[in-house]
Order: sequence, then C-alpha cells, then structure tokens
Amino acid sequence: MSTGTVTPYRSSPRAGRDGFACLLRAEWTKFRTVRGWVLATGGAALVTVLLGALLATGMRATCSNGSAEIACPAPPTGPGGEAVEDKFYFVYRQLTGDGSITVRVTSMTGQIRRPDAIPGVRNVVPGVVPWAKAGVIVKESGEQGSPYAAVMVTGEHGVRMQHDFTHDTAGRPGKVSGESPRWLRLTRTGGTLTGYESADGAAWAVVGTARLAGLPDTVRIGMFATSPGDITATGRSGAAERFAEVTAVFDRVSLEGTASGGGWNRQDVGVTIGPDGSPHHPGGLTESGGTFTVTGVGDIAPLLHGARIETPLIGVVIGLIVVIVVAVTFVTAEYRRGLIRTTLLASPRRGRVPAAKAVVIGAVASVAGLAAAGVTVPLGTRILRGGGTPVLPVGTLTEIRVIAGCAALFGATAVLALALGLLFRRGVAAVTAAIVLIVVPHVLAIASVLPAEAAQWLLRLTPAAAFAALQSIPRYPQVTYHYVPAAGYYPLPAWAGLAVLCGYAALALGLAVLLLRRRDV
Amino acid sequence: MEAIIEVTGLRKRFGRVVALDGMSFTAGPGQVTGFVGPDGAGKSTTMRVILGLDAADEGSALVGGRPYRSLRPPLRHVGALLDAGALQPGRTGRGHLLWLAHSQGLTARRVEEVVELAGLGTAARRRAGGCSAGVRQRLGVAAALLGDPPVLMLDEPFNGLDPEDIVWMRGLLRSLAAEGRAVLVSSRLMGELQDTADHLVVAGRGRAVADAGVADLIAIASARRVEVRTTDRPAAMTALANAGATVAATGRDTLVVSGLAAERVTALLTADAVPFSGVAAYRATIEEAYMDLTRDMDLAGETDLIGETDPVGGTAGGREAAR
Repeated sequence: MSTGTVTPYRSSPRAGRDGFACLLRAEWTKFRTVRGWVLATGGAALVTVLLGALLATGMRATCSNGSAEIACPAPPTGPGGEAVEDKFYFVYRQLTGDGSITVRVTSMTGQIRRPDAIPGVRNVVPGVVPWAKAGVIVKESGEQGSPYAAVMVTGEHGVRMQHDFTHDTAGRPGKVSGESPRWLRLTRTGGTLTGYESADGAAWAVVGTARLAGLPDTVRIGMFATSPGDITATGRSGAAERFAEVTAVFDRVSLEGTASGGGWNRQDVGVTIGPDGSPHHPGGLTESGGTFTVTGVGDIAPLLHGARIETPLIGVVIGLIVVIVVAVTFVTAEYRRGLIRTTLLASPRRGRVPAAKAVVIGAVASVAGLAAAGVTVPLGTRILRGGGTPVLPVGTLTEIRVIAGCAALFGATAVLALALGLLFRRGVAAVTAAIVLIVVPHVLAIASVLPAEAAQWLLRLTPAAAFAALQSIPRYPQVTYHYVPAAGYYPLPAWAGLAVLCGYAALALGLAVLLLRRRDV
Repeated sequence: MEAIIEVTGLRKRFGRVVALDGMSFTAGPGQVTGFVGPDGAGKSTTMRVILGLDAADEGSALVGGRPYRSLRPPLRHVGALLDAGALQPGRTGRGHLLWLAHSQGLTARRVEEVVELAGLGTAARRRAGGCSAGVRQRLGVAAALLGDPPVLMLDEPFNGLDPEDIVWMRGLLRSLAAEGRAVLVSSRLMGELQDTADHLVVAGRGRAVADAGVADLIAIASARRVEVRTTDRPAAMTALANAGATVAATGRDTLVVSGLAAERVTALLTADAVPFSGVAAYRATIEEAYMDLTRDMDLAGETDLIGETDPVGGTAGGREAAR
C-alpha cells in the first residue's frame, strides 16, 4: 500500500502557545460552555439574595411609646457613625472657652437585679457591674450621640479615659472606696481634652488626651454616672441582660473657666419612658454641702444589640452549598467521564491544571459572592429598616469590607471544594467533605447547640472561621457583651478567618497536585 | 518534529497484573500503523504511556524523539482519540473543541475548520450528551486534528460506527497518512484495518508478537490454500479429504483446502462429478493471519477473538459477517 519514500508531515506554522494564560482561558471556556454550571453559580447568588430578602421581610420589630405601638426608633449614632448607647445621669454647667473640672470620687455602689429566685419577685442585690461608670465629662450638648470626652472610675476596670464612644484608655486599676478615693480632672483647651487622675489631689498623672473635632465654644461640663445591665449567660450560648444601677459620691468639686451661673443643671440623658408615662429606672442627684450623690442607669458606649448589615446574609450558607456542588463537579465530572485525560493531554504539566481550575472557579465563585452580598446587604438592610427593625449602621468602608469578605468566602470555599474534588475524584464524597468542613461547623456554632467555648474553637480551627469576614460590628473591650458566634461575634478577625480557610484550600490543592503528579489517570 | 512514534521495551504492572512486558515498535510517517490484539493485550496502556497519562516502569515511548510531556504545545505535535465518550454531556461539541483550542493558544477559527474536516456540521452545536456514537467519534477525530499534528493516535476509532462512518473513517485515515503523518490506530477487530493499515503491530500479553506489513502477513497466512465454491459441500469435502487434504467449511457453499494444489482439486472434483463453480487461490483475512501468528501462544482474550470471527457470533461478529 505504501510505496517509495515518504515525505513526513510538517504541520502548518500556526502559532500555538500553551502558557498558563492559555490554560486559564481553556478552563474558563470549559466552565462557561456548560450551561448548568453557569446557571447554578447564578443560582447560588440568587438563593442568597432571596433568602436574605425573605428573612428581612419576615423580621418585624415594634416598640411601644407609653401604650402606643410605634416603629422602633433608630438608635442614636456617635460621631463615628456607629450606633451608640448614650444614657446617663448628667449634672452639668455650660462652659464657654477653656476650663476644667476637678472632683473626688469617694464611693461607688449600686444594685443589680439577679435572676428571680422566687418567680415574679424581683431579686435585687447590692453590687456594681464591671463597666459601671462615674466621673467627669465634657460633652458637646445634651443630644444623645454628641461628641464627648470623659475620665471616670469603673466597677472593675479602674480609671479610664474615654471619648466618642469607641475610644478607651486605661488609667490606674483598682476600686474606689472611702479609704481609697480617686481624684479626677478633665481640662479643656480648645478641642483638646486631657484627663488626669490622682490618689491625693496633689500628685496628678495624665490618663489620656482626646481631640474632639468641631467642638463648639460653649459645651457642657460636669459629673455623670451610668451602669450597663448585668449580663448573665443562659443555656448554652444565650444571654440575658438585667437592670443594674450605680451610685457615685463626688466631693471637692471645683470648676475653672467661664461657667454659667446659678446652680448645677441636671438631665437624665436618654431615659426611657414607661407605659404609665413616668421615667423607667430614672437616675437622680442628691446634693448636700458640696457632696454630690449621683445615680445613673445606662451606658455611654457603642451599641451592640440589634440587627446588623450581615443579618440578611443568612442565605450565604445555602449559597455556599450550591457553590461547593458546582466547584466539586467542575473537576469530578472530568473524572467521571474520563475527560481528565483529555485535559492532561492538552496540558501535560500536571501542577498547572489544578492551579488553572482553582483560579477560574475561585474567580467565578467570588463574583457570585460579590453579587450576592452586593445586593443582599443594601436590599436586606433597606427591607429591615422599612419593616421597623433598626439596623446597626456601619461606614461605607465596613459595608464594602463585608461584601468583599463574602466574595472572598465564596471564592476560597470554591477552591477548597475543587481541591477536595481532585483528592476524592468522586462528587458525592467531595461535596460531603466540603460541607462538613465549611458549612457544618458554622451552623453548629451559631445554632446554640454547642457550649460557647466549643463553638469558638470550631470557628478558630475549621475552615468555617472564614465566616468572620461577614462580621460588621467589632467587639469592644470596654463593653460587656455576649460575644459568641450565635450573637454574630467570631473569635478571629475577618482577615485571620479568611486566612484559615485559604490555608485549608492551599493545603488541599497542594496535596491534590502532588497526587495528580504521582497517579496514572 | 518528525512524524514518528518509537516505543522501546515498555514494561508496566498494575499490582500483580503485568500490563506491558517489553512492548516495542515503531510507527513511521506516511503510514497507517494498525495496533491490534485482544482486550488486555496492552494496546490502550501502551497508548496511555506514549501520551504521558500512565508512567511506565521501564522503557521509553517517544514521539518525534521526545517524551510527550516535553511537547509544547502538545496538541500541535500529537493528536489523540482515546475515548470518544469522554465528553461533558452538557457541553456542545463546539464548546468542547473550543476549550481544547484555547488550551493550545488556537482560535475559534481553527475549531470551525476541524468541525468541517470531521464532517460534523450542525451536530457540533448539539450537546454531547445527546449525540450518537458516530458523532462522538467524529468529534474525537476533530479534537485530534485540532492542532494539525504530524502524529495521530486513535484508540478503537471504529467502535460504534455505522457503515458509512466506517467508510469515512477509513478514507480519513488513509488521507492523513498520505499527507505524511504517522497514524497509529488500535483495534480489536482486525478486519476493520485490513484495507486501511499499511503496517500491523500485533500485541499479545503486553508485547508486540508481530510487526510487519499487512501484505506480508496475509501472504504468509494464505500460503498454499485453495478456496472452492460448490453446491454440494458434503460430497466435495469427502472427495478432498479422501485425497489427504485438510478441508474447512468457511461458508454455506465455500471450502478452504490446504495440502492440495489447485489443479489437483479440480481434477479430484471432476473425477467424482462433484459440481463446483470456482477454484481459486485463497486470500486469508487479517484475522486468520493473526490466528496463525498466535496459534501457539496463550494470549489474553484469545477466545474472545475467535468469537468475533464466528459468523453467528455476537454483535461485533455480526458486522464481520456482513462484510
């Protein structure tokens, strides 16, 4: 049949390349040419949005004003835009220009309501909660949320200098008593406030300074007392907050500067009005011979209760499961059909195939996560507020960080799922493993089925740590709160949580490359 | 790159099973090299080793003098069709070719060219899951031709093809070889390669048991045999057997006689007044050549092979009989 000499074939000089960019393009073409994968990825975003909208629509909050039911008022916001608790008993004068106030605190007592020993009978015991506060303060106005700086004694955290709700500087530790009083001084020089403390009124130490931008010439200066509620854990990860009030005794009060004449003004800032029209747990002042006894209830601190911008992201769990299925199938379908051989024929350098697949599925899933959060967060927040549920406000940067965090969570989850697909080479096993690693720990941790400590460890050690990327409100050391996953608080910061997930993904991908290099296919 | 596949002393075992046991052969340019042998003879493993999918324990497999994994970009040097069913069911044929093209830095225009070349037409726009075996084979061929490679390797390309597809495939293989490419085609059904291959490598128990031109193999197997057509087969068989010949019935009215020259056969039948319509030198089939070659060997899957040549055998045998 074949005779004579043969001219071997020379293929036409068509420029062929096989750089990594070509491989990426090939994997992207692979992804987009299977309509089911594209639709499912869109579905992952859509289900996240729909579940968020559904939850937000279902959440209705009502508050009462006297006997009337009203939409819950938005909480006051501090100078930084964050929601704040700004509730305290204020004894003040107007100060124009520079000046200072000096006091001695000789006593800090109070009462705390404990869980009822006999049902229906209030069980109130003497005591002071750790972050009960009393001291001197300079505040722009009597408006809740207005800028302030204060130096204070606390129940268990010693002397502190705080300003504008989120800033806190520690002074000398120790409790206040008649034998061990604290002298406090706050001076105002323009927009700069400096806090001092002293044990004897002679030797003064600076606690801290604060710059309050835009402080008007005339401000309020005076004494305050306030006490947050007592938080006790209930059950596995729930908590209850009960009434607590503090009473502080001030003497040796001296005011320097141009202050308003007459006596001291008093204001129960932010006091709530009970159903009968009278103040609920009012504060008060008794003054006798230069001794001021001030009682207050509330807190001057960031507000942590309430819905957050990430509250509507409840559907992320379901969206992630869809993403996991797509990412796993993106690779196990090739094993199932034998297509992996074609892939490795086209790219015999085996480490590159998982890398290219990871980049493509990671990018695709990130876009889905970005779209999901980019719609759910603004939409869900709007629905919540429309339904009367206040949402703790955050800055634009934080909102962007949460949305980008959701994108990263989706992307890294997809990469880990893909790597598991490469390792197991079977869809069901890989999907199960990915869900058990990423979704299940999170659900267990937030569902109050585990002790809080166990839940925290799950969210430190498992890839579910990355859910921390969705947390919009930080934890504040100066606020006693039930900082548990069930309340939206993750043990790791956003970046560290994502790093844990990325670490798992990198490890699994590296292992997959190693095995792919060694295995026959 | 030179259009040549060189396989030297490949050995590979999967656990206790020896898959390759010193497989060696060369498939040169301008030729269709048939790679035949029963299931388990090591054909597919050899192809996977050549393509870098499986690693051999020993020996070398080079394409144009280089190992497959060093080719850049590989599909511009070697085109392969291993398993036409290896497709994502939800992806269209065109989509499949497109990602392959992109992986080699080729464009969608080349995809259109090979779609045309493989005669896919509008079938390329259908999802692979709904395509017939014939369309999938054409798709596999299109994929193999994508990089316009000088070396082609096709594993069982005739599997599941309709008669017209078989004719097309043969023509394509011939024309690819005529362009100077090296074409290696494996098959269990050697008849499919009878008119297609120039050269045969016969695999058995993990090595090449024969490596020769098709014409040579058939000549050996046909040697000194005579085919007789007769309407009275029993009488003819008796007459010829009595004269000392070995007689085999190969059809309802055909006999193959060995041990007697054609003139002797004519004389004997005439003398006994047995009606006959033709006496001719017998041309062996490629299967018979294979059987001759391997008669004394205990080959894996040999019984299977005999089954295929039986006219009343299974589906595969049925197509053999139809030819």
